[in-house]
Amino acid sequence: MLELQHISFAAADGDTNKEILDDVSLTVSERFVAITGPNGSGKSTLAKIIAGILTPTEGKILFNGEDITGLSVTERARKGISYAFQQPVRFKGLTVKDLVSLAAGRHITVSEACNYLSEVGLCARDYIDREVNASLSGGELKRIEIATVLARGTELSVFDEPEAGIDLWSFQNLISVFEKMHARTQGSILIISHQERILNIADKIVVIAGGKVSKVGTKEEVLPGLLAGRICPALEN
Amino acid sequence: MDELEKMLLVQIADLHKVPDGAYNIRKNGEADGRRSTPHIRIEQRKDKKSGIDIFISSETQGESVHIPVVITETDYRETVYNDFYVEDGADVLIIAGCGIHNCGQATSEHSGVHTFHVGKNAKVKYVEKHYASGDGNGENVMNPTTDIRLAEGARLEMETTQIKGVDSTVRTTRAQLAAGAELVIREKIYTHGKQFAKTDFSVALDGEGAGADVVSRSVAAQSSRQEFYLRIDGNGKCHGHSECDAIIMDDANVVAIPALAANSVDAELIHEAAIGKIAGEQLLKLMTLGLTEQEAEEQIIKGFLS
Repeated sequence: MLELQHISFAAADGDTNKEILDDVSLTVSERFVAITGPNGSGKSTLAKIIAGILTPTEGKILFNGEDITGLSVTERARKGISYAFQQPVRFKGLTVKDLVSLAAGRHITVSEACNYLSEVGLCARDYIDREVNASLSGGELKRIEIATVLARGTELSVFDEPEAGIDLWSFQNLISVFEKMHARTQGSILIISHQERILNIADKIVVIAGGKVSKVGTKEEVLPGLLAGRICPALEN
Repeated sequence: MDELEKMLLVQIADLHKVPDGAYNIRKNGEADGRRSTPHIRIEQRKDKKSGIDIFISSETQGESVHIPVVITETDYRETVYNDFYVEDGADVLIIAGCGIHNCGQATSEHSGVHTFHVGKNAKVKYVEKHYASGDGNGENVMNPTTDIRLAEGARLEMETTQIKGVDSTVRTTRAQLAAGAELVIREKIYTHGKQFAKTDFSVALDGEGAGADVVSRSVAAQSSRQEFYLRIDGNGKCHGHSECDAIIMDDANVVAIPALAANSVDAELIHEAAIGKIAGEQLLKLMTLGLTEQEAEEQIIKGFLS
């Protein structure tokens, strides 16, 4: 279980400090938890704080009761936290198979790597030896990014807008990836998303606006308000 | 052959035993084994220079020649001239390479001058690896010179790699291409410590339809220095592409000076160059997979140079 206690984050903005997150507390113990909210509300910052890429100015992060606030990205990854980048990173020279192997933490066979790629809708044999470089499209990179998290199979997986750029692949497939992932790991999946169809599968929805938690609840409690556009105008688009 | 020499052979030529096909093994300046085959003849040079002539007949199809050089003495310097005469239509794999193990205090140096006379429509794949080790303070120096002359329709693909232990190197490659000839070069260099590596490519695309593709990838770590010079001359209707891509680390220094010269309105020449440190995002991504920063760095370099 992940627990965020009174997390604040400020970043330098010219001469002043801009408050991006302000006293955010929440727990993630359910199967699917979705974080939503307008652009610039601090959602991605929160995901980076969970992965250890950013350090909160104030507050504590507990993972299974242990205070991990001071742990590095590597240490958190080894404790069982995975993080899928919103904008996947390109590597000259590393192949798709190299990356999936590194994610799995061991040498994997071609057929194992293929399984992960097939799950994200990539015809595996065409991709396995390709370099994770600029020759891949944004959508392909995004699916490979999801495959790396699949290969890790950790207790907590954080996805920052996984649906962005994968229009050619259906949401239904993405959702079934999450469902299979949960069936395997029995852990929690935290998804930052604007997409109604993804919010629809969430056991809990957290709405962040202006750096604060503005609403937490089940989809029945939160979705109607969101869809009416009162809390999250971004959803109207 | 002792264990040390065997180790060097594995490093430079991936040889675990006497190779199949033609070969010439040179050890501390002496021939340590040679075999010609019906299609590939290896002979001592006729002039006074040290080295061999390799004659590859038109009948050669898919055969290989191994010509590794091993040096295990300190304070040993040599310049060796090897000439390859590849007849029209031959198809051959040539594996060269030099391994030095210098455990003394003085410099060991190998300068190999390889000249390729490649006949019409012949195909050559040339693989060259440089490796050095040693536990003394003696310097290991290698200065390979490659001179490539491609006749009409010939193709030469050169893979040149220097991964470890070479303290100083000046790598000079010259090529002249006749009509329809094709040259592909893939260079990989890793330097560390106080090593110095200079690469100098010069390609003349003389004939109509000649093409060259030269790609160099390098990593310069610690206080090492690298210089990359390249010039492609397009002297007719031709296409040339070159790319140099370097990762710089620590206190290293990399200079890249590419030049393209179009001497014909129909010459199409492209150069791409990039020098930079490992992107922070790349390190972070691998760290989120559970690697330490150092492991992430190693994986990125390994992938980049593989």
